[in-house]
This record gives sequence, structure tokens and C-alpha cells, in this order.
Amino acid sequence: MIPRPKPERFRLRRTMIFMSAQKPGLIKDAYIYGVDSIMLDLEDAVAENQKDAARFSLYHALKTIDYGDTEVIVRINGLDTPHWQEDIRVCVAGGADGIRIAKCESAQDVKTVEAAVEAAEKEFGVEAGRTLLMAALESPKGILNAYEICSASDRMFGVAISGGDFRKCMQTKPTPDGIDMLVARGQMIMAARAAGVQCFDTVFTNLDDMAGYEAEVRQNKAMGFDGKSLINPKQIRLVHEIFAPTEKEIMQAEKIVRAYREQSAAGVGVFTVDGKMIDIAFIPGAERTLKLARACGLWEGNLV
Amino acid sequence: MKNYVGRDIPDALLVNGKEVYQGKNYMDGKYIKKASPCTRRYEKPQESKIVETLADALRLCGAKSGMTFSFHHHLRDGDFVVNMVMKAAIEELGLDNLTIAATSLGAAHDPVAEYITEGKVTGIQTSGIRGRIGEVVSKGLLKTPAIIRSHGGRPRAIEGGEVHIDIAFVAAPTSDCVGNCRGIGGKSNCGSMGYAMTDAKYADHVVVVTDCLVDFPNVPASVEAIDVDAVVIVDSIGNPKKIASAAARISQNPRDLMMAENVAKVIAATPYFKEGFSFQTGVGGPSLAANLFLEKYMDERGIKMGWAIGGICGPMVEMLKKGKVGKVIDVQDFDLDAVNSINQTPNHFEMSASQYANPANKGAFVNKLDFVVLAALEIDTGFNVNVLTGSDGILRGAPGGHPDTAAGSKCCIIVTPLIRGRMATVCEHVVTVTTPGDCVDVLVTDYGIAVNPLRPDLVECLDNAGIPHVSIESLKKKAYSLVGRPDDLQWEDKVVAILEARDGTILDVVRKIKPYTID
Repeated sequence: MIPRPKPERFRLRRTMIFMSAQKPGLIKDAYIYGVDSIMLDLEDAVAENQKDAARFSLYHALKTIDYGDTEVIVRINGLDTPHWQEDIRVCVAGGADGIRIAKCESAQDVKTVEAAVEAAEKEFGVEAGRTLLMAALESPKGILNAYEICSASDRMFGVAISGGDFRKCMQTKPTPDGIDMLVARGQMIMAARAAGVQCFDTVFTNLDDMAGYEAEVRQNKAMGFDGKSLINPKQIRLVHEIFAPTEKEIMQAEKIVRAYREQSAAGVGVFTVDGKMIDIAFIPGAERTLKLARACGLWEGNLV
Repeated sequence: MKNYVGRDIPDALLVNGKEVYQGKNYMDGKYIKKASPCTRRYEKPQESKIVETLADALRLCGAKSGMTFSFHHHLRDGDFVVNMVMKAAIEELGLDNLTIAATSLGAAHDPVAEYITEGKVTGIQTSGIRGRIGEVVSKGLLKTPAIIRSHGGRPRAIEGGEVHIDIAFVAAPTSDCVGNCRGIGGKSNCGSMGYAMTDAKYADHVVVVTDCLVDFPNVPASVEAIDVDAVVIVDSIGNPKKIASAAARISQNPRDLMMAENVAKVIAATPYFKEGFSFQTGVGGPSLAANLFLEKYMDERGIKMGWAIGGICGPMVEMLKKGKVGKVIDVQDFDLDAVNSINQTPNHFEMSASQYANPANKGAFVNKLDFVVLAALEIDTGFNVNVLTGSDGILRGAPGGHPDTAAGSKCCIIVTPLIRGRMATVCEHVVTVTTPGDCVDVLVTDYGIAVNPLRPDLVECLDNAGIPHVSIESLKKKAYSLVGRPDDLQWEDKVVAILEARDGTILDVVRKIKPYTID
């Protein structure tokens, strides 16, 4: 039995890789590739008549495999299926770190899942509130309700857009510049930031088009995403490289935080670093850069 | 008597100067008396050496019961020659008590298992032993223990007279009427014929078997007419589809790629990774993929590989053509890209097995190697590697050049997944030691990297480069935690195979496995 530490609501989630819970060979050690989060899938990757077998292997994987620091999330079946309640019981009993609500369209959907999670935590003697939630927005309605979804529960740590279903609803196809999802991505990020949760971009499915993939990841970073959903381990490294702060950014952030501490101790509120005006508004950003740098293994300081 | 790697070697085997393994380079500086064959003079001008059948060739060479026949394995799993020759010798000439000394034996030679069972073949000396032959030998049906040698150990034993070849059979993709052979230009091409070269020089008689007769002179020849007694033309020497695969492709398996990338990282972190470095790799998934990542580091540092050796396949030929490697010298070719390149692409040369790996000569290529990347069936916490016996104790593998390159190179990297199916690759004790741990430097697995404590210099290199590594003990624990620790195999006393270290000392023995019974 592998006891997992209590999940952190906010942690580094640059990469989240989908693995079918039906395939023991995949889920037994998906953490070896250095991904931040593993998304064990009970939904689309599992055939309708194999749901129970997948739950069975999922439960035993959670109970017997030491995933270490890698976060383990489970994508459960939609609320319009007969599967989701049993999925939740398995996730909670197995001790998954979090649950991804598929096809989420309203705050009510989150609350429905939350109630079932609470009941399961009670049923299996799991610490109340341990199991985190995230929502996948897969329809225009989900995107339009993004803010109420993001703020529906204290368990919510983030939202992700699911490109396949969303594009189907919008009658669009992936475009190289991402114009097909520009509005949806923008609206979701804004809602997530307003609610104080994280946001994750959809998967890039053409494994051979590494140039297209890189362009999309760069756009994700520029738009402010926290991370990306992946389908293959070979996609991990690029996200980690692109999302990592540069050496210059790290040095700059360190300077700013240091200067701010010195100046504010001396009673100064606004000052300059390398010719740029700095005040308290710059501090959270600089601190975030340093935390990210440390998480990426690029910085070993103790300022934050 | 226990040897350097802790294996118990029966005293009965330690006769006629045979010793147990004492650690690497033990034989350094000693002298070897070379054997010389007794060969027939052909003074009278000969139009042709072609004889009608294999049986005729055998008779011409004075084949008798009790003789040793040698073969080489360039036709790999496509080889027809071993079976044809043994059939002629046993079923047409009625010979028995024969020893097969082959550079490797595999599934293509399953019919030989029958001759072993019947007692017609009573000795096997080989590097590789797989398929039915491995099974019957493991059952104890071969009259004498099989002797397993590395690719370098075999020419050492031949040159030193430990193996005397009565008749060497050369499977030749092309030959002329007097026996100048080449590995290209025919219908069953294999490229390099490096393993046949030493055999032909040290055998009393040499028979060339070809399916493509070409005009005299077939030069430059791999095996030369000056050593050949007879040429036999057959319909087909092998199945081309199984001789060379279309093209060895670099794995797309993410696990292989991750391990390969770590191999390249380790290589790039050592001081040997500099302009003109030398390299050998196997053709297994992660070993071959290491080429890809290595090239990236070479470009970054602006350096080129000086030379590469080994069994060669397409990706290395590609690097040669791109000018990333100065010279490629090979003893065997694994795919058509390599077969079609040897002696055709400038700076792609052939070498003999002795030149490749023999520890008793004065200048084997392996001794100049900087890096070798190798696979393993098992590796234990003493870094001893097994590439010969399966987890069931049955002979089903081949040391090949593994022990030679490991011992000769400055940095030997083993790359293998931590577990295969339900088997732990990293374990407490390997079933059979085929490459001793004192020759292995780094282990790269999908669960982490371990450095042999005998190499603190490499530990420092990895630390300086920020490459995380763990103890091999912790990898073993992880493996056992995933798949469980297997029960020890149960052996009988009977030795079915003797595993010689490359220097000729005894590294390990394989005993007969006790039949499995369920309580």
C-alpha cells in the first residue's frame, strides 16, 4: 500500500499526460518521463464495455505503485453517463490526487461531483477535502460559464480546454495560428485568473508535426497558460523548456526581490533596478518567476 | 574453486593449464604460442576448385568422424550452410562424433539439435546459442559441455591452438572458381565476412559454399583463394530476408528514446567525448537510438567521431556519409544499408574477428575504443552482465563482442529497461556471468542511472554535469518492488556449458536445470 501525501491545490503543473487506465503497461510507471501530472483516463480512451476493468486496474495502480512527486489525476466519465459515480468512488478509495470533470458546463456540475466526492471520502475514511477537482471545458456553454465553474468549489485547482469536442461544437478545425480557439482560450484564462485557479491548454494530436507543436506551446506560454495536456512522453521536454524562465529572467527577478526587501526595510516604496522603476506591484511576478525556476531545477536560492 | 566474480568453477575443468577468471587484463604480457594448420600444397596449376557436391568437398578434405567443422554467422537467421554441411557429413558420409565450432548458432540451425540428440554432434563451440540447440544442450543431451566464447575469445582460442579446425566452411555471397570470396555482388549479400577470416587462415582445409559464381578474380577478397581447397555451388546459401533487414530503424518507443538520450548525456559528460573519439553501439532499440542523440551533442560541441566499429547498420553509415564520423570498420553488417556500403562508401572498411576483438593479439580495435553502448538480459549489483541464459536457466543468447568491447573500452555503458515483462533486469545475482562487472562502468535504465563504484572518476563527471545517478542497489530494490524477487533457479551438478572469459580463463559454467515441479 503506497500512502500518497496530501495533494497541494497549487503546484507546478506544466505538463499533464493522458494515459488510458485500461493499459497497465502505460500506467505502471508513466512518471519516469518526468511529467508533472499524470491523467489516468477512464473516459474516452476506455471502451464502453471495459469501464469496469479499467477502474479495477486503476484502483490497484493507485494502491500499489509509488508515483513519487508526480501528481495523479483521474479523468472520470461525463455526468450524462452511468459511470461517473462509480468512477468517483474508485478515485477516492484509491487515493487519487484529483479528479478531472469531463464536459463540465456549469457550477452545478462541479457541485454535483463535489457532493459525490464528499460522500466517497466519508465512505472510505479519506480525509475530508483531500481530493482535488479540475474541470474540462469542452463546449461553448462551458467556456461561457468558465468563471462560475472556476469558483464553484474550494477543491477546484484549475480548468482545461478540450480542443476536440470544442472545435466540433464550433464547426472549426485546428489552424496553425490557433485562431480557431483564440477567443475560447482567452476567455478561459481570464476566468481562471479572476477565480484564482490554474488553466491548461488542450492536447496537440499530430505527433509528427513538432514545429506546429512548438508554435502552439509558445503561444500557450505567451497567453499565460500554466501548462498543457499531452498525449505522448516525447512532448514533455519542449513544454518544460519553453515554460522555464530564462537565465536573464531569473537574475532579474532575484535582483528585484532582493532590492525590494532592502528598500522596504529602509522605508522606501519605489526605487529603480537597472534603470527600471520597481514598486510592490512587481514583486509577486518576480517571486513567481523564482518559484518556477526552482521547480524547474534552474535556481537553488532561498529568497522565496 | 571460486573465481574473481564469485562463481564456483568445478575443479575437474581446471586441467591442462585452464584457470579461473582472475579479473581483467590478467593475461597481459604473457606469451602465446600460435598454432599452425597443416594445409595441402596445390603446386600444379588448377583451372578450378569447383566440386559437384558438399559430400565431394568433404571427401576431398578427408572428412572423418571426430573432426571439428567451423562456420561463421554473417548470414544470421537466414543461414542454410550449417544445416546443409552437417546433413551431408552425417547423412551422406555417415560421420559422427563431430564438433561444430561456429561464430554463432541460432534458430536457423534447429535441425542440428536432432544431430545432438542422436549423438552425431558431440561438441559445440560458439558465441551464440539459441533456439532448439540451446534447449537440447541445456537438457544435457550434448556429450561434452558446450564452450561459449566471445567474438574476441574465439580467434584467441583458434590462434592459440585450443580449437583446431579441421575444415572451415565459408558461406560466400560471391566466389570465383578458385575460392576468392566477397560478401557482396550476389543474391545473398552479407557485406563484411570478418568472422570467417581467422577461420580460413587457421583451418587445415577450407571449403567455400556459394550461390553466386563470379568471374575470376573476385577481388578485393575477404577470404582468399590461397587458403581454399574446394568451392561448392548450391542453389541458395541463405534467405536474404533474414540475412539483412531492410533498414535498421531508430526506435520511436518513448522509453527507448529516453534511455538513449541519457546514454548520450553520460557520454557527453566524460573527458573522452572530444574531437576524434571512438564509438561502438549495438542495434537494440535504445543502443541504436543513442546515435541520434549523440549526433546532437557532437554538433553542439562542434566535434566529430574519429571512428566507429562493430556490427554496423544504416544509421552509422548515414553518419559516415554526412562526414560526422571519419572511418567505419566492421566485422559484420546488420542491414542492407550497411551491406551496400562496406568497401563502397569511402572510409568504410572490413576487419577480421581477431583484429576486432582478440585480447591475445597486439592491436585489437576494441582496445582503442572510447565508448561502447551495450544491452543486457540481466545485470547484478556487482555490475556483472548476463546475455546468455534466460531467467529459466536455458541457453538462449550470445556474448558476441560484449565482453571484448566492455573490457577494451574506456567507458562501457549498459542500457536496459529495469524490468522486462515480469522479469527484473537489475538483480541480485545474474544467472550466468558473461561480462564481468569489473569491465562495466555505467548502467542506464528507465528508472535511473548507476555508476560502477570502481569508477569514481565517472561519478565525478556525472556530478559535474548535473546528471542524477543512484546506486545499483536501489535500482535492484525498485525492480524487485515492482515484479517481486524470483526464487533461485534449481540446478543439477552436470555442467552443460562452459563460459570462457575472453582471455581463456573460466568465467562461469551453466549447469543442467532441474525439471520444474509444482509442490
